Amino acid sequence: MPDLKQLYESVVNGDAKATQAITQQALADGVDPLKLVNDYMVPAMDEVGRRFEANEYFVPELLISARAMKAALELIRPLLTARGDQPLGRVAIGTVKGDLHDIGKNLVGSLLEGGGFEVIDLGVNVTPEKFISTIQEKNANIIAMSALLTTTMPSMKTTIDALKQAGVREKVKVLIGGAPITQKYADEIGADGYSENAVGAVALAKKAVTVA
Amino acid sequence: MHPLVQQLVSRGPVITDGAWGTELQARGLGLGDFPDAWNLTHPDRVGEVARAYVEAGSQVILTNTFGANRLRLGEHAAADRLAEINARGVEISLQAAAGRARVFASIGPTGKLLMSGEVTADELRAAYAEQAQSLAQAHPDGLVVETMSDLEEATLAVTAARQTGLPVVACMVFDSGKDKDRTMMGATPEQAAQALTAAGADVIGANCGQGVAGFVAICRRLHASTDRPVWIKANAGLPTMVDGRPKYSVTPEEFAGYIPELIEAGANFVGGCCGTRPDFIAAITQRLTAARAP
Repeated sequence: MPDLKQLYESVVNGDAKATQAITQQALADGVDPLKLVNDYMVPAMDEVGRRFEANEYFVPELLISARAMKAALELIRPLLTARGDQPLGRVAIGTVKGDLHDIGKNLVGSLLEGGGFEVIDLGVNVTPEKFISTIQEKNANIIAMSALLTTTMPSMKTTIDALKQAGVREKVKVLIGGAPITQKYADEIGADGYSENAVGAVALAKKAVTVA
Repeated sequence: MHPLVQQLVSRGPVITDGAWGTELQARGLGLGDFPDAWNLTHPDRVGEVARAYVEAGSQVILTNTFGANRLRLGEHAAADRLAEINARGVEISLQAAAGRARVFASIGPTGKLLMSGEVTADELRAAYAEQAQSLAQAHPDGLVVETMSDLEEATLAVTAARQTGLPVVACMVFDSGKDKDRTMMGATPEQAAQALTAAGADVIGANCGQGVAGFVAICRRLHASTDRPVWIKANAGLPTMVDGRPKYSVTPEEFAGYIPELIEAGANFVGGCCGTRPDFIAAITQRLTAARAP
């Protein structure tokens, strides 16, 4: 039986190899996979988030911790799926129509996966129609849109309007982010949430699925 | 110091230009269209933007080549026209400047993260070398490596740009951390200034990321950490949407009001980034001219 505190430490330190090895050993020893996620890995990602907010961690550290978490989830997710456990939520994420800048989107996607969400990455330059079909066909319940440019942020409003027209707006929570985005803009276009950074996005998504 | 840079800064603060993307959109560039491709399809309209800045008082203008590197162009299926897009971009700005302003050609980030393994250092090196050479063939006065979030990528770009023998400006985006004084990857102005100086950049700076008010402290810290001149191009603040279009609440006069503070903090080159237009440059010109008057 491995020392599970080491699992927490290895995620915080972004050590993917150790995270995966400890997870593998723990699963072999019969530890409940959900316990690994909820008692060790999620708190570890919370700590990573705390360090980010405190200026101790920056994007590189977030990325390597998310990568460590992902390495463990690759072992755990099939087990959870096999026994019928649902993910926290299904997030369809993409940069909006016209916008090809995906660094922020990729980072948020990794952290959401680390936070227990199933992430459907639609890539860049995603049309409203694509978001709509993902809601209809894959049961996404969160739409996460990113825009880096002031020139492309109007696509967020276009997408929300298209969701309404297609009659799927009430099925999802819409979260937005990106350099030019503000809470005020989110309110104006009727989005359900805005986060200034990737760590905040995970908290936002959790809130979105719990107050559904 | 590079002789041209020396010559430019010896006469006091140098006025650069403002944003290009929004100006091109005002002239019909569509949502999601690749601005740099307009160098081939709409050179007259790109030239109008360059000329508007020269007429507003810019002493250094950039080029419409920010995204014309192989890694970004690949997304637009225009990679085979890379050399042409870069060269035309320089020619358009040189023609608009007509000797009234210097032309520094723009080199932006690739949009790929080294850190996440999307791209290797060798790929970045090759992409920047290729763009820098394409630009240099059209004889700009200098190169500007701008809007960089990752110091490692910026350093690779500076090294590639220096191979042309042209003076190289290197500037980073400081918009992260609770005080908004770090790059996305966590570098401080001190770390950036030292690394870029060591990489051989002739001018060190900051652009984009936040409104002009936040740039004064960053400028001071850059200035204190390098013996190179400092280049500052700030945003006009965060936009609000009015009738579906971004509107910046900062006026040209308010923006220009910060310029004396920036110069006092060590800025040698001053201009604007997102949200700034030719009337912002005109306001800076007016203020600096008034300050110079006896």
